[in-house]
Amino acid sequence: MSTQATHAQQAVVDKVIEIEILRYRPEQDEKPFPQGFEIPYHPDMSILEALQYIKDHLDSSVSFRWSCRMAICGSCGLMVNNIPKLGCKAFLRDYYPQKVTLEALANFPIERDLVVVMDDFIKKLEEIKPYIIPERDEKCLSEGTYQQTPEQMEKYAKFSMCINCGLCYSACPQYGLDKSFTGPAALALLARYNRDSRDAGSAERMKIVNQEQGVWSCTFVGYCSVVCPKGVDPAAAIQLLKVESSKDYLIGMFKPD
Amino acid sequence: MSKRKPYRREMNNDWWLKNIFYSKYMIREGSSIFITLYSLILAWGVFRLSQGEEAFNAWLSALQHPVSIVFHLLVLLIALYHTITWFSLAPKAVDLYIKGKPLDGKLIVAGHYITFTIVTIFCLIVIML
Repeated sequence: MSTQATHAQQAVVDKVIEIEILRYRPEQDEKPFPQGFEIPYHPDMSILEALQYIKDHLDSSVSFRWSCRMAICGSCGLMVNNIPKLGCKAFLRDYYPQKVTLEALANFPIERDLVVVMDDFIKKLEEIKPYIIPERDEKCLSEGTYQQTPEQMEKYAKFSMCINCGLCYSACPQYGLDKSFTGPAALALLARYNRDSRDAGSAERMKIVNQEQGVWSCTFVGYCSVVCPKGVDPAAAIQLLKVESSKDYLIGMFKPD
Repeated sequence: MSKRKPYRREMNNDWWLKNIFYSKYMIREGSSIFITLYSLILAWGVFRLSQGEEAFNAWLSALQHPVSIVFHLLVLLIALYHTITWFSLAPKAVDLYIKGKPLDGKLIVAGHYITFTIVTIFCLIVIML
């Protein structure tokens, strides 16, 4: 590190920021409780780095998930002042000098401290058949690849950017109230495959879409799209699927399967 | 032996008061109650009309009561709030491409306002004539 950078850090090292973490240790706690920490404040410090500082210097028992530190792995989702965020993409400078409260992602069961149980979310992602179902299975490799124009790709590209962080499920009151709802990320992923020109599995996936727990549990709160760190816009995906589901229903009235 | 004991947090009835985004959403959805009341009053007027001129005039004069005027102003405000928030969400439910490019959201919202204005003016003309 250059001396200049060291001096810059020295200048701000006196500043302290208070971080409150909702702790939960299943082997000894009946329910979660808040625990406060004071750490040195740097304007370029992310929430994830703050947690790492706490774990390295103050309390090694604090648990949280993380991996890439650059908003691509989707592991470090948590509630920052009650708003779902990625720890690596939220910075202390946006909260300082106020206290920052951290809590495990809402609407998921807490496994330990900031770690949640994501089984239900993963199950839903798997349920929507998140893979290309080609029109005919027997296309030989020697026949080449399935080709696509930029326009065809544009139709689903946005919905394919999901990193499965779960922030949208935390932001969705409908999922909070009823866990049987398929939910934003899974439905956006479903839209991604249904809108892909190489895919022919729409009819199979529409069965999931048309259910009460499919798109019709969504009341268009729209917060999922606000909190999404990758700009996927699951709310739009769901509204577009509602249009498709309505068409499906109307066609079904005149032309039953 | 597993020490796993996942903790489920309860969602309290006041969840929509803790985040301004949820509060705005609830106002948008709650507006339906006021619009239902407004529609019932209007339907009542049609019913009174079927009972003859006297009954209809009684309904009209009841509408001139200050309580009725305040209520109708409130419903107008709430209906406008619903309209504005709903129009702003419209681009999410539209899937239009022109020459392979998605249609600009602003154009979709503007289209809604233009339609809204034309229909309003048309209705006013019909009522005034």
